[in-house]
Amino acid sequence: MSLGGIEVQGREAVIAGAALDTANVEGRSQWQLTWRRLRQDKVAMASLVVILIIVALALAAPLFVSIVHHPPNVAYPNTGEDVAGNPVGPGTNGFWLGTDGTGRDLFIRILYGARISLFVGFVTTALGAVAGVTVGLVAGYFGGFVDTILARFTDAVLAFPYIVLALSLAVVVGPSLTVIVAVIAFFSWAAIARIVRGQTLSIKEKEYIEAARSLGAGPFRIMFLDILPNLLAPVLVIVTLYIPTAVVFEATLSFLGLGIQPPVASWGNILADAQNFYQVAWWYVVFPAAALLITTLAFNLLGDGIRDAMDPRTERVFAAGRGGLRARRNKTAGTGGGLDAPHVAPSVPAAGGN
Amino acid sequence: MNAGDDVLVRVENLVKYFPVRAGGLIRRTVGQVQAVDDVTLTIPRGKTLGLVGETGCGKSTLARCVAGLIPVTSGRVTFDGQDITNWPRRSMRPMRREIQMIFQDPYGSLNPRRRVGSIIGEPFAIHNIASGTERKRRVQELMERVGLNPEHYNRFPAEFSGGQRQRIGVARALALQPKLIICDEPVSALDVSIQAQVLNLLVDLQRDYGLTYLFIAHNLDVVRHVSDSVAVMYLGRICELGPKEPVYGAPRHPYTTALLSAAPAADPDAAASRQRIILVGDVPSPIDPPSGCRFHPRCPKAQPLCSETEPQLEVKAGDAATHVTACHFPVMAGENLAAAGRSELS
Repeated sequence: MSLGGIEVQGREAVIAGAALDTANVEGRSQWQLTWRRLRQDKVAMASLVVILIIVALALAAPLFVSIVHHPPNVAYPNTGEDVAGNPVGPGTNGFWLGTDGTGRDLFIRILYGARISLFVGFVTTALGAVAGVTVGLVAGYFGGFVDTILARFTDAVLAFPYIVLALSLAVVVGPSLTVIVAVIAFFSWAAIARIVRGQTLSIKEKEYIEAARSLGAGPFRIMFLDILPNLLAPVLVIVTLYIPTAVVFEATLSFLGLGIQPPVASWGNILADAQNFYQVAWWYVVFPAAALLITTLAFNLLGDGIRDAMDPRTERVFAAGRGGLRARRNKTAGTGGGLDAPHVAPSVPAAGGN
Repeated sequence: MNAGDDVLVRVENLVKYFPVRAGGLIRRTVGQVQAVDDVTLTIPRGKTLGLVGETGCGKSTLARCVAGLIPVTSGRVTFDGQDITNWPRRSMRPMRREIQMIFQDPYGSLNPRRRVGSIIGEPFAIHNIASGTERKRRVQELMERVGLNPEHYNRFPAEFSGGQRQRIGVARALALQPKLIICDEPVSALDVSIQAQVLNLLVDLQRDYGLTYLFIAHNLDVVRHVSDSVAVMYLGRICELGPKEPVYGAPRHPYTTALLSAAPAADPDAAASRQRIILVGDVPSPIDPPSGCRFHPRCPKAQPLCSETEPQLEVKAGDAATHVTACHFPVMAGENLAAAGRSELS
C-alpha cells in the first residue's frame, strides 16, 4: 500500500505542475515511463540490486585480496589443506569460503571467476547486439536480394550445432578467452538479427518512415535514427536475457576444459575441479554453483521485468509464471496509484486547445 | 489544357503498375496492379488541384509518384520545368526541399519515439540548414505559425490530439519552404470540427507563402473548400478534370455525378429533393480492369460502345476549354441518372 500512496502523491504533483506551469512540463520519454514501471516490480528491482552487488564484488576482487592476503592463484599447502591434503572448510585459517583442491582461497577465486563470467557475458552480448541489430536492420530495410542472403545466413547460424563448433574450434585453435568471446558472440547475433529484421519489416511500412524519405533522409539515417529507437525495447530485453546465456556457455566450455584454462579462475573450471572433492568438501561445489545460479537467475528475472515494464500490454501474458505475486501486487496498486494507465495519464496533460 | 510558365507540376501519361507475385521460393510475376494508368494533369503555380476518388483508385500512388517516393513505370513528371521522373535519391535530394508531403494518418506519420522539436527540426538536420539554438528558434517559429504552443517543443507526439499532430506534420512540411505540398488526405482522419481548422490553416499558408497544393481526399466537400480545380479518379484513370465550379455544378461524367449525389447534404430538404444515384456492384479489381471505359460495368448510361472503346479525356460540347471528361455519353444538364440506373437494375 505504501507504494500506492507514493504513486498518488507523485501523480498529484505532476497534475499540479501541469496546471501551474505548462511550459516546464517536459514530455516523459518511454524510458522514464519504463523506469517508473520497473521500480514497481520488486522482483526485477531485487535482481538489479543483486547484479549490481555481483558487479561490485567482481570489480573489488583485488581489494579483497589485499584484505585476506590470498592472491587467486597462490596455493597454501600448510594453511589451506588439512593433514589428508583435502580442502579446508569455510572460515578455517582465514579462508572465508574455504579452499579448493590445491589449497587456494575459494572466495577469491570465485570473485575472479565472476570477472571472467561478467566480462564474457557483457562483451559477447554487446558484440552480438551490435552485429545482430546491424544485420537485422539492413536485411529488413533493404529487403529483396540483400534480405534473402542475410536472412538465410542468419537461419544457417541458428541451425548450427554451436556447442560442437565451439568444442572443435577450441581444440583446433586452442582454448583462450578470445576464442570463447568470438564463438559466443558469433552465436548470439543471429537471434537478435532475426527479431530486429522482423520489427524492421513492420516499422519500415509506417508513414513516418515515408515522411522521413520525403524529407530526403538517406537509408542509414532512417535505419539508425528512425527505426532503431523504435526497436530498442525488444533489443534491450533480449540482450538482458542473452547475458546469462553467455555466462552459462562460458562456464560450460570451461567446465569441459575447453574454455578458461587453469590457473586462471572461472566458475566453470572451478566446478570441474570440484568434481573430485565433492564428497569431502561441499563448499567447493556449492559456492561456485550458487554464484552461477544467482547471476543467471538475476539477469533472467531482470530481463522479464524489463519486458513487462517496456510494454504493459504484455503483462498478462508473461505474468503467468509469477501470477500469484503479480496478481497481489496489481490488486494493491489498483487501489492506489495503479500500475500502468495512471502513469501514462499524468504525463499527457491536455496540451491546450486545438 | 493550358500550358505556360505558370505551370509548376506537369504529369504526362503517368503509369504505375505494381507487379503481383506468387509462388514460394521462385517468385513469378502473375499480374500487374494497374494503380495509375495513363494520367495527365498539370498544377498551376500557387493553385490547388483537388484529387478525388474512392479508396484504392490510385490517388495516393499518384501522389507518391509525383513526390518521387516510388519509381514510375512510364510517363513523365516535370517539376518547375525540370523532368524529375525516376531521379535517383541523391539527385532528388535538393528537389525534396521543393516538394513536401502531408500525410493522412496523424498518428502514423510522426515517429512516436522522437520529440516534436526533433520531428519538425529533422528537415533542417537532413539538409544541414540550421543547428543548435538556430534550429530550435526556427522550429518554434514554425510551431507558432501552425498554431502550436512553441513551449511544447520537448513533448512527444503521443501527448497531442489528432488535430495538433496534423499541425506538427504541416510544420514539418513547411520547414524547408517548399513550392509544392502534396496533401494526402490530410484531414480524413480528423474529427469534422477539427477538419475545418486544419483546412483553414492550409488555405492561410497557401495565401501567405504562395504554396501550390496537390490535395487528395475522398471527401468532396473538403476538396471543394480548398481547390481551384478538381480531378476525379476512378480505377487509376482520370475521368473528369476541370475548374471546380463546373465539375461540382455541372458534372459531365456519370461517375462524378454519382459521387456528388452520394455526398451527404447539410440541408435535409435539399437532400430529399436531390436525385440519388446508387452505383451497382463493387469497384472492379485494378489487376484486371474492365475493357473500354473502366466505369462501364457500373455506369447507368453504359452502351455497347463503352465496353469496346476507351473514351479519351476531351472537352465536351458546351464546356469550357479547361473542363475535360472521358466519357462517350456525357451527362446532360437535368438528366435523371437515378432513373436510368434503376431501370437497368430491375
